[in-house]
Amino acid sequence: MAKQKLKRVDLIFSQECSCKDIIAEALKKPKEEIVKDLIDSGLKGRGGAGFPTGLKWKMAMKEKGNKKYVICNADEGEPGTFKDREILDRVATKVLGGMALAAYVVGAREGFIYLRHEYRFLIPKLEMVLERFHEWMEEFDLDFKVNLFIGGGAYVCGEETSLIESMEGKRGEPRNKPPYPTNQGYLDKPTVVNNVETLVYALMIMRIGAEKFKSMGFEGSTGSKLFSVSGDTPIAGIYELELGMTLDEFVQDFGDGDAKAVQVGGASGFCVPRKRFAETHIGYQGGLKGFSLPTGGSMMIFNSSRSMYNVLHNYLEFFEEESCGQCTPCRVGCQQLLKGIEAVKRGEKSQKYLNDLLRLAETMKLTAKCGLGQSVGNSFSSIVENFREEMIY
Amino acid sequence: MTTKMINLTIDGKKVSVPEGTTLLEAAKQEHVKIPTLCYHQDLCIAGNCRVCVVEVEGWRVLPAACATPAMEDMVVYTNSPLVRRARKDVLALLVSEHSTQCTTCYRSMNCELQELAAEYNIDNEIYINLLKDKNFTIDKSSWAIEKDESKCIRCQRCVRTCAELQKVNALDVIRKGADMKIATFFDTVMSDVVCTNCGQCINRCPTGALTERRYIDEIWEALGDPEKHVVVQTAPAVRVALGEMLGYEPGHRVTGKMAAALKHLGFDSVLDTDFTADLTIMEEGHELIDRLKRKLVDGEDIALPMFTSCSPGWIKFIEHNYPDYLEHISTCKSPQQMFGALAKTYYAEKKKIDPKKMVSVSVMPCSAKKYEAKRIEMNDSGLQDVDMVMTTRELGHMIRQSGIDFKKIKEAKFDKFMGESSGAAVIFGATGGVMEAALRTAYEVVTGREIPFNGLNVEPVRGMEGVREASVKLENVLPDFSFLEGVELKVAIAHGLTNAAQVMDNLVIGESPYHFVEIMACPGGCIGGGGQPIPTNEEIRKARTKAIYTEDEKMTIRKSHENPEVIQLYKEFLGKPLGHKSHELLHTKYTRRERV
Repeated sequence: MAKQKLKRVDLIFSQECSCKDIIAEALKKPKEEIVKDLIDSGLKGRGGAGFPTGLKWKMAMKEKGNKKYVICNADEGEPGTFKDREILDRVATKVLGGMALAAYVVGAREGFIYLRHEYRFLIPKLEMVLERFHEWMEEFDLDFKVNLFIGGGAYVCGEETSLIESMEGKRGEPRNKPPYPTNQGYLDKPTVVNNVETLVYALMIMRIGAEKFKSMGFEGSTGSKLFSVSGDTPIAGIYELELGMTLDEFVQDFGDGDAKAVQVGGASGFCVPRKRFAETHIGYQGGLKGFSLPTGGSMMIFNSSRSMYNVLHNYLEFFEEESCGQCTPCRVGCQQLLKGIEAVKRGEKSQKYLNDLLRLAETMKLTAKCGLGQSVGNSFSSIVENFREEMIY
Repeated sequence: MTTKMINLTIDGKKVSVPEGTTLLEAAKQEHVKIPTLCYHQDLCIAGNCRVCVVEVEGWRVLPAACATPAMEDMVVYTNSPLVRRARKDVLALLVSEHSTQCTTCYRSMNCELQELAAEYNIDNEIYINLLKDKNFTIDKSSWAIEKDESKCIRCQRCVRTCAELQKVNALDVIRKGADMKIATFFDTVMSDVVCTNCGQCINRCPTGALTERRYIDEIWEALGDPEKHVVVQTAPAVRVALGEMLGYEPGHRVTGKMAAALKHLGFDSVLDTDFTADLTIMEEGHELIDRLKRKLVDGEDIALPMFTSCSPGWIKFIEHNYPDYLEHISTCKSPQQMFGALAKTYYAEKKKIDPKKMVSVSVMPCSAKKYEAKRIEMNDSGLQDVDMVMTTRELGHMIRQSGIDFKKIKEAKFDKFMGESSGAAVIFGATGGVMEAALRTAYEVVTGREIPFNGLNVEPVRGMEGVREASVKLENVLPDFSFLEGVELKVAIAHGLTNAAQVMDNLVIGESPYHFVEIMACPGGCIGGGGQPIPTNEEIRKARTKAIYTEDEKMTIRKSHENPEVIQLYKEFLGKPLGHKSHELLHTKYTRRERV
């Protein structure tokens, strides 16, 4: 590539130091200090929801009771996301290191990797890594054992309470919140559920220090993150970049020169049209000017040859099928949005009907039981609002 | 320990509630009704219909009031523009997935979705009708329960009822997304699954998705046929609930009006299941004494405890789930089936009616009775003993259709022969009632004295506790029963099949100290049956129970063995309890069934 403006970061996959040593060093620290470091670093959940990791651990740490759990959420199902698979394939020990750290902090003796059904080819490798990891745990005198749990294939199980339900042998359906998992999670015990990437960062922050981590990115969106770049790009793949970049910068590095939109955060994320590239930052709301969009890492680039109607139609078909079906707004709402844009396209409904559908998407955001139903409206509204004419003609 | 109080603001008003109170309950305390659909007092919280959403200051989303606990300093709005708009949308979505042929729906005017849709002025046309593309079916395979998918709103009340209250798990959620629906195991037809026909799901269904299999038209037809002699029997629990269908508050007794209305509808003989309830006590009481004798005197390996057999939901439950324990069930038929067998023999003979021209109808608080009447064993009169079973609800509909002003109708009495009953029979309708009736009779048979409880009210067996136990010491017994001298008769009562399962599980592990156990499939017993008026909740069940016990106290005859018509029946026809004729007509056997 000719121009490469965005700085590449190398924390996740770097092999420059022994993972075992980082864990050993970290376990010497008092628990409170680890939590403080994490909070200072500003690390937020890399699965996409962006909950402060240090705070999550602190909440679970404060819970009473001697049975607690740490779960690594490897149910990577968001369309356009493929980073966790790579992490587990290449640096699984780092993930386990992060889990050990979490277990040490909150006082858990058992942990699980909830592995996406489609990733079961990783099992033999992970089992080998686990064996070594358990030897380390013995060496460090940390009573912590990690098991693999293979998911059944439902997208909604990436949502942490659905994930827990499915681990308990029930239908993978989200729970009512509160209570949150840190309070009542797996088997109703305090449970920390973290994304694969988050766990690696938690460990790496112990290595590089909160200050160094914080020096990357922007306030409120500190550090770096893995991005799964796909779509109309000559260099599809996984890249570790600092948070806070604008989409302009991103597209210049990764686009094919004809990008008309970027879908940030997969099917449940936002679609940003070209005219907004300059003012849209990748990161969490707060410190950034203009628009800021969080993402679990999915960055899909669409060039001008793409029909945004088809893109949206594809997403809605996905949601119509992957909604657990439990709550009304999500189960029926997804069907209505899909059928609705079809009806407008065919001319069976007037173009004004798109306004009714936008309103419905807003209701879904407000009333759906979990993040799945609440975020269907993200892609719907951002695509319909920005590419309205493509929906009609 | 005092409960911590939580202070919050609801619609501008400061409210203080105990910790753990939901926003729904907190609002109710302030006399604000938040609409609900998936919420039901008897069931755990689901939070899936999203109709009860409210606005909370500082919250990104509108939480469901039923599933959100009140928190300190919360500022809640139950009726803001945002809330109203969201509720309207959610209701419109439900309507778009629902068969809105309300004009022809059995649950019309008694449907929670219809009520809310009207209340919120839902425009049926906003969203696209989703039913067109779905191949929804109406499952009419069961003799008791009809399941219409096109009317289901996926609130999962039935699923929770079947799992939590009944531990049957016949209904569950299958598939996901747009295809998610409520179904049986592998979507098998209702007649082929572990369903006990108890109908508790019907009682909690907010719409017409689950209803009883109905016989209203067939019954009208029989009534209009001059060739047919239509006999009707009414179960004890019907008389304390029917009023709810016809403008009375729960707990209002309408025995006399019901008898009058039935006569007005054209039934040729208006008789009473209570009569055979008394008869059941005679047979079942003697069966118990016989089992005790064979065990204690003859040393036979007799199955004890003996379980009651009046509740057909319970019978199917044990047949499916504990088939190794069928010997424990009393061989007595239920009062309905005893009545049926006698109607086409004893009654027909006495009244000189050709039993082939007789149509035997029963009014039951129950949907499982519809199934029971169709069991192949129930043909001892040479014909199907009970031809048609209707629920309390169906009778309510028939009375409305007839145009009678039920509130004004003059009370009447049941007809003679098989119309007389005792207070002991009436209380069959409440959990513990069969036990109390049996104790009143058995104690007196064995000791020659009245059971030593104030006013014959055996209080220890009454109440709403899921499993109750009691014991009565038998002393100074009559010479014939000397083997029972000093025996402490231990009894237990369970209602709701989850509680029944608990009793059974104890039996399985060898920890059941009882001689006699009463089990009713439905919460509260028959007064809470699957054929009773909708809605149901604990308050309503308690009101009906109270009415049942009042009815008992107002009766002159309080003990089954003193029912003069029963005495006459034994003299003229049956001979003695457990006699040859009894065995032929009044006793039955049970069938082992699979779980799947």
